[in-house]
Amino acid sequence: MMQLAVPEVPLLNVDNLVVEYGLGNKTVHAVSGVSLQVARGETLGLVGESGCGKSTLGRAVLQLRRAKSGRVLFDGEDLTAMEGETLRKMRRRVQLIFQDPIASLNPRRRIGDIVAEPLIIAGIKDAVERKRRVHEVLSAVGLDPDLVAGRLPHEFSGGQCQRICIARSLVLNPEFIVCDEPVSALDVSIRAQILNLLEEMKTRFGLTLLFIAHDLAVVKAVSDRVAVMYLGRLCEVGPSQQLFANPAHPYTALLLQAIPVPDPDVRPAESVAAGEPPSPIAPPSGCRFRTRCLRADQRCSAEIPELREIAPGQFAACHHPLA
Amino acid sequence: MSSPLLTIADVAVELPTPRGNLRAVDHVDLSLEAGRTLGIVGESGCGKTMLSRAVLQLLPKKAKLTGRVMFDGQDLARLAPESLRRLRGRDLAVVFQDPMTSLNPVLTIGTQLMETIQEHLELDAPEARKRSIELLAAVGIPAPEQRLTQYPHQCSGGMRQRIAIAIALSCEPKLLIADEPTTALDVTIQAQILDLLAREQRRRHMAMIIITHDLGVVAGRADEVAVMYAGRVVERAPTSALFKRMHMPYTEALLAAIPKLDAAPHTPLPAISGRPPDPTRPLRGCSFAPRCRYATGRCHEAKPALTSAEMPDHLYACFHPIQLAEGVGA
Ligand SMILES: Nc1ncnc2c1ncn2[C@@H]1O[C@H](COP(=O)(O)OP(=O)(O)OP(=O)(O)O)[C@@H](O)[C@H]1O
Ligand SMILES: Nc1ncnc2c1ncn2[C@@H]1O[C@H](COP(=O)(O)OP(=O)(O)OP(=O)(O)O)[C@@H](O)[C@H]1O
Ligand code: SF4
Ligand code: SF4
Ligand SMILES: [Mg+2]
Ligand SMILES: [Mg+2]
Repeated sequence: MMQLAVPEVPLLNVDNLVVEYGLGNKTVHAVSGVSLQVARGETLGLVGESGCGKSTLGRAVLQLRRAKSGRVLFDGEDLTAMEGETLRKMRRRVQLIFQDPIASLNPRRRIGDIVAEPLIIAGIKDAVERKRRVHEVLSAVGLDPDLVAGRLPHEFSGGQCQRICIARSLVLNPEFIVCDEPVSALDVSIRAQILNLLEEMKTRFGLTLLFIAHDLAVVKAVSDRVAVMYLGRLCEVGPSQQLFANPAHPYTALLLQAIPVPDPDVRPAESVAAGEPPSPIAPPSGCRFRTRCLRADQRCSAEIPELREIAPGQFAACHHPLA
Repeated sequence: MSSPLLTIADVAVELPTPRGNLRAVDHVDLSLEAGRTLGIVGESGCGKTMLSRAVLQLLPKKAKLTGRVMFDGQDLARLAPESLRRLRGRDLAVVFQDPMTSLNPVLTIGTQLMETIQEHLELDAPEARKRSIELLAAVGIPAPEQRLTQYPHQCSGGMRQRIAIAIALSCEPKLLIADEPTTALDVTIQAQILDLLAREQRRRHMAMIIITHDLGVVAGRADEVAVMYAGRVVERAPTSALFKRMHMPYTEALLAAIPKLDAAPHTPLPAISGRPPDPTRPLRGCSFAPRCRYATGRCHEAKPALTSAEMPDHLYACFHPIQLAEGVGA
């Protein structure tokens, strides 16, 4: 598989990952040969429409869903080959934040205990030390530990619950966090607060992030590079500015065009987006985007396009990329 | 100016809760003319859905509605249930965020469309069937004849929303209320559905209310925008005037907080601190005062009324409006 140009040895290296689900006697091809790298200290944004396999990819990185084939190298070590205690140790370095903050908090447990849970699982027995860590991360996310530690999740708003989830993900001092749509369920004004908080935490704790979202503007706000996914495959990867200014893959261009812009002088383009994404149970041959692509030809149905470098650092999987 | 098709006058909705009465809608005035589109924007819980349900007279049973809703010369609050039912689905149609709210999971799409059509229009079965096929084609459903025999669960989310729109349009309504019709859909499908609504609206000269939390959705699609906050309309203006100069600090802050496609990565967002007030607590001053960077003592003491300064159709509820032209008083 091709290596993508990143400044140093990547902290995360996903190599030709394939993840499938069984559905009755059928197979859902959720992630079909995805390769990507994330450099230490970098935020890689991952965008794509519902069902394209973003969460599956994120979960497979953490080994919460085992891949059918391919490798996930974290700091040079292959997580897909790890089991039991070794994997558990490794997991302390990699955390996950979910989309639905309220649902991901146990409603019957107090906030202090929820945030301390990863410490207990990691075997940190010193209660004083645990309390110190919990206070530290709750303060870091802008909550008053003395006021919130004893309360239950239902006493908090969605934005506050997401702060609590972020605190929980930070408590083990991880190096890498997969953020799976962390702001999609939040209102505009709260969303901005949480995005700013994530940026702040990233700098403060020296984190590396895989930031999953379906909103391109949200992804751009926090990402150094962006990867665009469609129906289980990567379409395009590149530096954020460059990819948004000059999309090379027709699907990236389509996504950009479809976004409603809060400016009445920008006339919404009559939707060129014909049709809907096909089912991942029977994905199209060749390029998976070809059933909706205006540029599709014979070759697109016969041959799977590989990612190739279109401009420095920008890679697209397309036989007929945009100029 | 022709007389409006819809006039909402001093409408308030209160809901009893264990913690006391909740002000879901707090004295709202709005009007809409035939063939025009009004966008209602605001964050979660600001009362958009309750306001639209007040218009439709579909509020929760225990809700207390005051004020008047005049539609096509009739006061809907005084209409007998039977007349209301006839009106809804015929002259007054609605599309919800979740299409399954208006679709019946155990009936085929054809049955649902034909039933609605035959209930409101005098058409026999073959005519209603023909009409159904035309409608499904009009909302962009491929092979509409085959779809008639399918059930909602056999369709994708985008398809279901198209079908819900087809049913809503089936009796040529004078007013269509679309409550977050695309929030649950992907961005490329959202664009298709918004185009579809705009096209049908123009073609039928229908009035439309689009409810959304996305300023981007109303920017290109509505003639006029009303911004809601904590149950009230806090700013209202023709769309282009509003985006050119917002007078209410909340509207400005809301627009500023949206990540922009043309901003460089890692640009900190001007977030609005805090969150909206608890709608069960009494509120003396401006509802935005605790979060507003322009707030003064007066803002905490008195409630600003919706007024205009420069242009009669640009209304705002603020003691210290921003971006007013030089020399125009508040
Ligand atoms: N446990 C499962 N069993 C069967 N199919 C699944 C399962 N989980 C996900 N899928 C399917 O795999 C595909 C990828 O799903 P995934 O949740 O990864 O997408 P996503 O990009 O995260 O979507 P969303 O934006 O809706 O969260 C979808 O077609 C989904 O229906
Ligand atoms: N059935 C109900 N009983 C009591 N309170 C309710 C009920 N439905 C809504 N509310 C409350 O009424 C207020 C207005 O709610 P409404 O649903 O109109 O908001 P909205 O603007 O449509 O929000 P969203 O964007 O989340 O749909 C909120 O405070 C909400 O919690
Ligand atoms: S490979 Fe062909 S079908 Fe796929 S995006 Fe490129 S032009 Fe379109
Ligand atoms: S009235 Fe005062 S608090 Fe309210 S928006 Fe205007 S300046 Fe801000
Ligand atoms: Mg997901
Ligand atoms: Mg609502």
